[in-house]
Amino acid sequence: MNQEVSELIDPIKFRNSINIDGIDKSILIDMLRKMILIRKAEEKLSENVESGKIKCPCHLGIGQEAIGVAVSMVMRKTDRAFGAHRSHSHFLALNENTYSLFAEVLGKHDGCSHGMGGSMHIIDNENGFKGSVPIVGATIPIATGAGLAAKMDKTGDIAISYFGDGSCEEGVLHESLNMASIMTLPVLYVCENNLFASHLHIDLRQPSNSTSRFAQAHQISYATVDGNDVVGMYKLLNSEVLEIRKNKPFYLEAYTYRWKGHVGHRDDIDVGVKRGDQLTAWKERDPIKRLFSAMEKNGFYTKEEFQKLLIQVQEKIDNDWNRAESASYPKEDFLLTPVYSSPT
Amino acid sequence: MKKTTYAAGILEAYEYLLSNHKEFFIIGQGLWSPWYVGATMTDLDKKFGKERVIDCPISELATTGATVGAAICGYRPMIVHPRVDFMLLAVDQIVTQAAKWRHMFGGNSSAPATFRAIINRGGEQGAQHSQSLHSWFAHIPGLKVVMPYTAKDARDLMISSVLSDDPVIFIDDRWLYEKEEEYTEVEIIDLNNVKPQKLREGDDVTVVGLSYTSLLCENACQSIELSHNIKSDLFDIRVLNPLKIDDILKSVKKTGRLLVVDGDWASCGMASEIITSVLEKIDISVLKNSPKRITLPNSPAPTSKVLEQQYYIKTSDIIDALIQITI
Repeated sequence: MNQEVSELIDPIKFRNSINIDGIDKSILIDMLRKMILIRKAEEKLSENVESGKIKCPCHLGIGQEAIGVAVSMVMRKTDRAFGAHRSHSHFLALNENTYSLFAEVLGKHDGCSHGMGGSMHIIDNENGFKGSVPIVGATIPIATGAGLAAKMDKTGDIAISYFGDGSCEEGVLHESLNMASIMTLPVLYVCENNLFASHLHIDLRQPSNSTSRFAQAHQISYATVDGNDVVGMYKLLNSEVLEIRKNKPFYLEAYTYRWKGHVGHRDDIDVGVKRGDQLTAWKERDPIKRLFSAMEKNGFYTKEEFQKLLIQVQEKIDNDWNRAESASYPKEDFLLTPVYSSPT
Repeated sequence: MKKTTYAAGILEAYEYLLSNHKEFFIIGQGLWSPWYVGATMTDLDKKFGKERVIDCPISELATTGATVGAAICGYRPMIVHPRVDFMLLAVDQIVTQAAKWRHMFGGNSSAPATFRAIINRGGEQGAQHSQSLHSWFAHIPGLKVVMPYTAKDARDLMISSVLSDDPVIFIDDRWLYEKEEEYTEVEIIDLNNVKPQKLREGDDVTVVGLSYTSLLCENACQSIELSHNIKSDLFDIRVLNPLKIDDILKSVKKTGRLLVVDGDWASCGMASEIITSVLEKIDISVLKNSPKRITLPNSPAPTSKVLEQQYYIKTSDIIDALIQITI
């Protein structure tokens, strides 16, 4: 399934409701709930970056929710996903644990990393999210090694490497794809191509706006898709993952757009490169709206049900945020405790 | 009496680990070649299979990162860098990923990989085929840095490094590969309990070496005891970080003199660290002379053999320093 890149990057295209034929209602509701939860959680984070309650750098992925959700729907708990600086959606898609994320972002001991990681270092081993880090491209070889481990385990588990179009400018992507190809590793490489790395548009950074050319160069199967179509990606991955589990790497390039700036709560419509017009247009390609509209048309979900879901999710988020605010900070001796496996 | 060598010790460690720990595997450049890593890995791929002894593309960063990833997923892998110099392409994965993995996730994960790097210097190999850089890595919290001197340590501390629950840099020196000693049986040692090893006992001066310089120190201390009756307390550091200084401190309190010999540069180096760690814990009135360090000159390694002769530390340099410090 390779859609035309010129259309994928054009926000006038792909605005209508998505195709949900053949997908169970329960799966669609799951996807919808997860995407709303991620959206609302990140809006809560955004408000609190603005209010000053959150100090750690927060890279929000509002608008990009569909990708992590689609991937999460084909993952086993024993698969191993690695993220990057913008990974709240990857984490929440697997566990919906907003309390654990909020507490972490506030540096509290109840956080997923016991308050030692903040927004950029989140982890949930039990549900297959093995860690995210903000050094661009750093988890690409780590996920490749997780794929090697999975291959040695012979259990059919896979590794997932999430990264952005900016990571494709790091040499390690090339090294890792080469390795996965020659060693036939079960790795799903997911490039969330949101067209920006920090403030710079991909057109100013790469001679082509399609990063799947790197997969092609390394003889890895790939697909370039609408990253705001959760069902389309789910269908594709549902069949591709069977091949990946047989030790065949796969590269998914999902085109999307982040509604917020590189870091923090602002829209960053004028940071070096103006993106105001594009942003307004891209908001029409909203992955949540498009799924709901399809479900409504098919008679799977009513406006009332949708409103009710929004309220339920918002209540959970408000509740989790308030709990996280009143949770405890790590104790002072915890600074040294996790440096080594045992005291030195 | 059965003899063994440093290189044979390393080979035996691999055989032990591959036979007894199915979660152990090795990846690195040249592992299927007979000449990349001396005699330290001969025929391992033939004995234990190419799935566990993996030769790999020329991608230091990705292969090191993959080692870290496999360690995070429950394996005890080792990446072999046949020269320290090339390992620097992979520093992000060692310093910024593996070393911090446990801490930044609040103890919820860890990356117990072993990064083996080989010092391969001399023979007119020049600036980019001669580095050691162990103090760089010893600077980093979360990493352990191991540098064996004896054949027994080369074997037993390699096993300890792989079985350690922390990421470890294991640096061995090709100048020690032929070093012979009496064979002993494998001893399983918890890396947390490894401290500097005393190689000689004496009251006149405390001498500290590490890796190859411990050999030079042994020769110098033996020679000067015969020629000048100067008796040295000689220590081999073994684990550079976390540094266990107590026995050396006790020794300096006894001798009042300290000489550290480190086969790397002086600035912000291991010799400075050892001297400082002693000085800040000692009543300086016990010192009979200023502490002294011998290190490499402040230049990259030369190629020309005449300059190499001048560049690397010799036993005679240590003897001269011992005479000076004990006057």
